[in-house]
Amino acid sequence: MSIRQHDFTIERRFPQTPAQTFRAFADPALKRRWFGPPDAWADAAWELDFRVGGSELSVGRDPGGTLHEFRSRYHDIVEGERIVFAYDLLLDGRLVSVSLTTIEVRPDGAGTHLVFTEHGAFFDGLEDPAEREHGTGLLLDGLTAFLAEGVVA
Amino acid sequence: MSAVPTAEADQLDRAFHALADPSRRAIVVRLSRGPATVSELAAPLEISLPSVMQHLDVLQSSGLVRSEKAGRVRTCRLEPAPMRTLEQWLAEHRAIWERRLDRLGDVLGETFPTDGGADEP
Repeated sequence: MSIRQHDFTIERRFPQTPAQTFRAFADPALKRRWFGPPDAWADAAWELDFRVGGSELSVGRDPGGTLHEFRSRYHDIVEGERIVFAYDLLLDGRLVSVSLTTIEVRPDGAGTHLVFTEHGAFFDGLEDPAEREHGTGLLLDGLTAFLAEGVVA
Repeated sequence: MSAVPTAEADQLDRAFHALADPSRRAIVVRLSRGPATVSELAAPLEISLPSVMQHLDVLQSSGLVRSEKAGRVRTCRLEPAPMRTLEQWLAEHRAIWERRLDRLGDVLGETFPTDGGADEP
């Protein structure tokens, strides 16, 4: 069993004000337009309860038949400035990752500098084929290292 | 985990077959230190270039090695594909958020149109 830590940051600059950018996270009608499951997905559901302790749910089945579930909980909300949430990601009911995400909405001239930072833990059994190949890869890596250590020296 | 799945067993069979030859093992060991051209691989081995090419064919069909041709030079490297699937997953995870934030920008533009040009230098 293993856990893969994965952190990343994404930055965006928008001409809209921080207050307007923040609204696109807080207003369900706006957020659904950029965050809701794609229209083409089956069994789609999306719910937003934007307050500390509140939750968000986005569910849908992709064209390949895999059920995606995003389940998050808001830990901190500072109006117009900061949003902190943690979320689970499930594929066909299996927990794939748990992430802590911070979104900072900073003034940038008349516009906004948005900084998205995620700290994620990705678990074993991500997908069956991936995990099998991963295991094979580790075995072959070990073999390569063994060979490099002198069998052929 | 139960029995080794057939596809994985096949891959291992091919890998072990590929490594059951001293010249091919020498090639793998050399590539574990970094990519190399076919001539660089052939130099320390006392075999002909065509033989090296045959060994490379076996290594490539085993999935252990891949090569790319740029002009007249073929460069070989160890194939990281078995490890790449998880990396691809992580890259895709990030890309999903990149696309979402791009859509956020579109929604902001549609909802709060800015005075085009006014802020331009």
